[in-house]
Amino acid sequence: MKLRIGFGSCGIAAGALDIKKSVEEEILRRGLDLDAEITGCVGMCHNEPLLDVLDDSGNVYTYGKVTTDAVKLIFDRQIEGNQPVEEYLVATAERPNDFLSGQVRLALRNCGVINPEKIDDYMDQGGYKALHQAVAEMSAQEIIAQIKESGLRGRGGAGFPTWFKWQAALQNRSDVKYVVCNADEGDPGAFMDRSLLEGDPHSVLEGMAIAGRAIGAAIGIIYVRAEYPLAIKRLEIAIEQARERKLLGKGILDSKFNFDILIKKGAGAFVCGEETALIASLEGERGMPRLKPPFPAQSGYWGRPTNINNVETYANVPWIISQGAGEFNSMGTDKSPGTKVFALAGKIKRGGLVEVPMGIPLRQVIFKLGDGIKNDRRFKAVQMGGPSGGCIPEQLLDTPVDYDSITRTGAIMGSGGMVVMDETTCMVDVARFFLDFTRKESCGKCVQCRIGTKRMLEILERICRGEGREGDIELLQSMAVKVKEGSLCGLGQSAPNPVLTTIRYFRDEYEAHIRDKKCPARQCKALISYHIDPELCRGCGRCARKCPVGCISGEKKKPHAIDPERCIKCGTCLEVCPPKYHAVFVE
Amino acid sequence: MGCSCQHEQTLLDDKKELLEDVISAYKGKAGSLVAVLQDVQGICGYLPQPVMRWLGKELGIKPAKIYGVATFYTQFRLTPVGKYLIMLCQGTACHVNGAERIETAVSRELKISSGETTDDGVFTLDTVACLGCCSLAPVMMINGRAYGPLTPDGAVKIVKDIYKKETQSGGEVQ
Ligand SMILES: Cc1cc2nc3c(=O)[nH]c(=O)nc-3n(C[C@H](O)[C@H](O)[C@H](O)COP(=O)(O)O)c2cc1C
Ligand code: FES
Repeated sequence: MKLRIGFGSCGIAAGALDIKKSVEEEILRRGLDLDAEITGCVGMCHNEPLLDVLDDSGNVYTYGKVTTDAVKLIFDRQIEGNQPVEEYLVATAERPNDFLSGQVRLALRNCGVINPEKIDDYMDQGGYKALHQAVAEMSAQEIIAQIKESGLRGRGGAGFPTWFKWQAALQNRSDVKYVVCNADEGDPGAFMDRSLLEGDPHSVLEGMAIAGRAIGAAIGIIYVRAEYPLAIKRLEIAIEQARERKLLGKGILDSKFNFDILIKKGAGAFVCGEETALIASLEGERGMPRLKPPFPAQSGYWGRPTNINNVETYANVPWIISQGAGEFNSMGTDKSPGTKVFALAGKIKRGGLVEVPMGIPLRQVIFKLGDGIKNDRRFKAVQMGGPSGGCIPEQLLDTPVDYDSITRTGAIMGSGGMVVMDETTCMVDVARFFLDFTRKESCGKCVQCRIGTKRMLEILERICRGEGREGDIELLQSMAVKVKEGSLCGLGQSAPNPVLTTIRYFRDEYEAHIRDKKCPARQCKALISYHIDPELCRGCGRCARKCPVGCISGEKKKPHAIDPERCIKCGTCLEVCPPKYHAVFVE
Repeated sequence: MGCSCQHEQTLLDDKKELLEDVISAYKGKAGSLVAVLQDVQGICGYLPQPVMRWLGKELGIKPAKIYGVATFYTQFRLTPVGKYLIMLCQGTACHVNGAERIETAVSRELKISSGETTDDGVFTLDTVACLGCCSLAPVMMINGRAYGPLTPDGAVKIVKDIYKKETQSGGEVQ
């Protein structure tokens, strides 16, 4: 028997440290001979903290929302009595839950299974076999041919064919070349790369080493966000262990192939996810993009041929080499083979990380895996591609998730963030939110991006304040074209996308703000007011006690009233009014 | 900022040895400016002006360039931070799940707004774009530990508990 505790950032935030402590105490107290391992995130973030019990025949019992009391119960009943604790059980081998059974896990194959801090765990799952193959049995051309046949496209956003970049980097002759892993993950609302690095760092290292072998590079660099301290720590451990086993360093697996990996920490700039800006940042400069060509494969880090791929792209590589390109491209669609990892968040019941074959309908991801909308509200849109992407409305929920179909909706596949929005989300506010983001993150090099996003933001802010004018929508649309055309890098070129897609699918919401001075989702503070229905209010006083500015008054057991002058529209009264009275309403 | 110069000069003198270690670790390595600044911020808590000028001299880089890099990246701070750095997430998932109300509540409790530090130097409040814990939205991180999903009351309680611990443990507050 063995225990496994979910120890990703999300698990730790939900209290996994306490769970681990109490598991260790129980083992000690009961004098049991049991292993309690840590593992990365399986993706069921909505059920954290998670605890797996693996019985002697290898069956896994997954417990969710575990408390220290639950740990005691699990020890009493399951570990010492072989009776599962139904109250906390979320999945077993016989009863897999929809969340896990609807997935095909390639990139996430080891996340939540192995201890990411132990290289032996990774190797027991077949890890580093692909590197062995690539070093001992394959030529650079053969590796690239495999990747080409697999049809793997970059998972960082643009979906560019991976083999093509490798081929270009191979062909550009130079005694020094670099392999770079883009782990900047700047898209707010996305956490695929974090989970992968925390849960299975070796798969990324192995993928990078294979890329190094393919293009003839001896140095790999991982550019990782400083906001991911746990991912950095696990990478450092993994690199150290791989060096000890001669899987990194000089003479890998006793061959002539040398390859080592360094970690460079980002310093918090979204634009540094763009590859030329990333290179500038690696060189210690301000992270400002430059014109391409030359592409990094021609002239990258210190002017040398450099191959840049995303974390998930690299994690797929060992799988493709060891299982075969045919196996990979038998999944997914013709033009988007394989699987894709998505981070489900927002107003969704079961948030977390899922990996599915490309081409399944969006609806299945959101309603089957994600179990629909929180509080059974109505779905309004799903935001994909972050600040470069767009909002996909309900009528397009049957769109297959693959690069080309998503692009046709006006959004982009992006790196895999899916933020679900419901009827209480204001789409004008969402557009404003993203533009505020891109305006802050613009590096300032291109005028259209620097000033255009600011002017567009001002218009959106005005609309949200109820000061929108006729013609604002058309003005936004024409400025969007200029910002797209006048920007040098992907940040500016795609910054207007959230505005354009919300106008395209939710024009009525813009018009309601502009013409009727109403926010249909009741979010824009300037356009709403809170009231108490005197007929329904029983004077329980909860709202008055909770109001942060004390603007609600009334005698005990008599209807209360809100002072509109002092109300800051925080919504607390609405939230705390007991459902049986339901006396607070928004207009 | 004149008033803090004396203090900043002392900081440079006090930490000189540690800072010199950083210099010797990176000296001669091209392109390490971002890494140097990260280490220096790790030592001083922020990037004081005299330290940046001194770095420029030691590394042979113009102070203007150091300042340019330091202000480009959001991670670098030019003013001191409190003992506890509260980072409120303003990412997409947190935004649609009510991050603004968390900010209002915490701001009110501490009587500072984003970017500021409390007078006693215990808390600094900051907003960030995403902490990568989006499924726990709304989220905040305090000195590297993430908390979520938050309610306005819950967030205030976490901050109050830290403050209580801080003032009880003999008041190590600077
Ligand atoms: C503004 C901007 C931000 C980006 N951020 C990221 C990022 O955080 N992570 C990433 O992998 N790619 C990001 N990209 C895409 C990269 O430029 C690049 O295409 C990618 O890393 C290539 O890897 P892939 O082919 O494996 O996808 C960004 C692009 C732009 C224009
Ligand atoms: S959006 Fe807040 S943690 Fe990602």
